[in-house]
Amino acid sequence: MSFELPKLPYALNALEPIISQKTFEFHYGKHHQTYVTNLNNLVPGTKFENATLETIIKEAEGPVFNNAAQVWNHTFFFLTFAPNAGGEPTGALADAISKNFGSFAEFKEKFAKAAVTLFGSGWAWLVKKPDGTLEIIQESNAGNPIRKGFTPLLTCDVWEHAYYLDYQNKRPDFVEGFWKLIDWKVVASRF
Amino acid sequence: MAFELPKLGYAYDSLVPHIDAQTMEIHHTKHHAAYVNNLNNALQGTGNENRKLEEIITEISKYPAAVRNNGGGHFNHSLFWEVMKPNGGGNPTGDLSDAVNKYFGSVDKLKENLNNAGLTRFGSGWAWLVVKGGELVVSSTPNQDNPLMDIAEVKGTPILGIDVWEHAYYLKYQNRRNEYLAAFWNVINWEEISRRFKLAIH
Ligand SMILES: [Fe+2]
Repeated sequence: MSFELPKLPYALNALEPIISQKTFEFHYGKHHQTYVTNLNNLVPGTKFENATLETIIKEAEGPVFNNAAQVWNHTFFFLTFAPNAGGEPTGALADAISKNFGSFAEFKEKFAKAAVTLFGSGWAWLVKKPDGTLEIIQESNAGNPIRKGFTPLLTCDVWEHAYYLDYQNKRPDFVEGFWKLIDWKVVASRF
Repeated sequence: MAFELPKLGYAYDSLVPHIDAQTMEIHHTKHHAAYVNNLNNALQGTGNENRKLEEIITEISKYPAAVRNNGGGHFNHSLFWEVMKPNGGGNPTGDLSDAVNKYFGSVDKLKENLNNAGLTRFGSGWAWLVVKGGELVVSSTPNQDNPLMDIAEVKGTPILGIDVWEHAYYLKYQNRRNEYLAAFWNVINWEEISRRFKLAIH
């Protein structure tokens, strides 16, 4: 069985001007696609030949892990977005965010700080831990929280390829725009 | 004295078409400048403000991450600007040429090794040509680490560094890091690398 690039539920220009069509053409059409292609080339003949993406992420090392996690991370990242989204979470997720971080505003500030200060390439994550508490963590390169037994709820890609065509060195501007793209119903469904 | 952003020995548009002017300008005035500022801030009030950058780098395990990241960023970019020049390229000469042939077989083989080191560095980092115990070796480091650091896997004196952070090439080459690496050989400043080679082996 081979891995496939997921279809996006919106057009490549649907998130403009926060993420340009050009960025999507490369980020989804080239980077994400390349991770899928690389993974499909790497797993045949290994013990991961019939494994799920999650199993590979939990157990593999090196290039197999890197490409599998990058496939998973990008799918998770892109599927968080919707045109005309943003706003704030509601219901149980909103309650949990307030309980763990004080308020939605404080959560946003802490998450943005994690995204902006991550040095090099990587991902900022909101995760649910096995004890039910929420935490914000940084992962370098292809890092993925399910390896630590956490449930990912939200992520922001801060590899430079995620924002360089639109924002160049101004990562904080990209992270500010990121909030306007989040479909909180999707995040709540992961909670 | 605080560290300062070095001036470039050439214009931002003088490496065109291999590296575009916008990339050069942002890389120097934004990325490199931020490393210098953040390094000065990280050292302020620590008693280490007056130490030489090389002294700090070689004992980097004693410093916090902000010094490692920004001190490395300042050192690496300062080297990077100098190992490039307008109308560069060609081949090394003299002792460096002999050493390249001795340790790699040919200059093409060295380029192949460095391209491979740059391509396989997953995430952000650098590809290096290093003088290690009098020999030439190729390595790569993550983020802003470098071979002078006491934490480096391959330790030695870097005489050539190629920046493979996406900011070094994304505006012109996007996901095609291989094309950026191929183009780099047209702007390489072998005279400067020879100069650094001689200092490193003595
Ligand atoms: Fe750089």
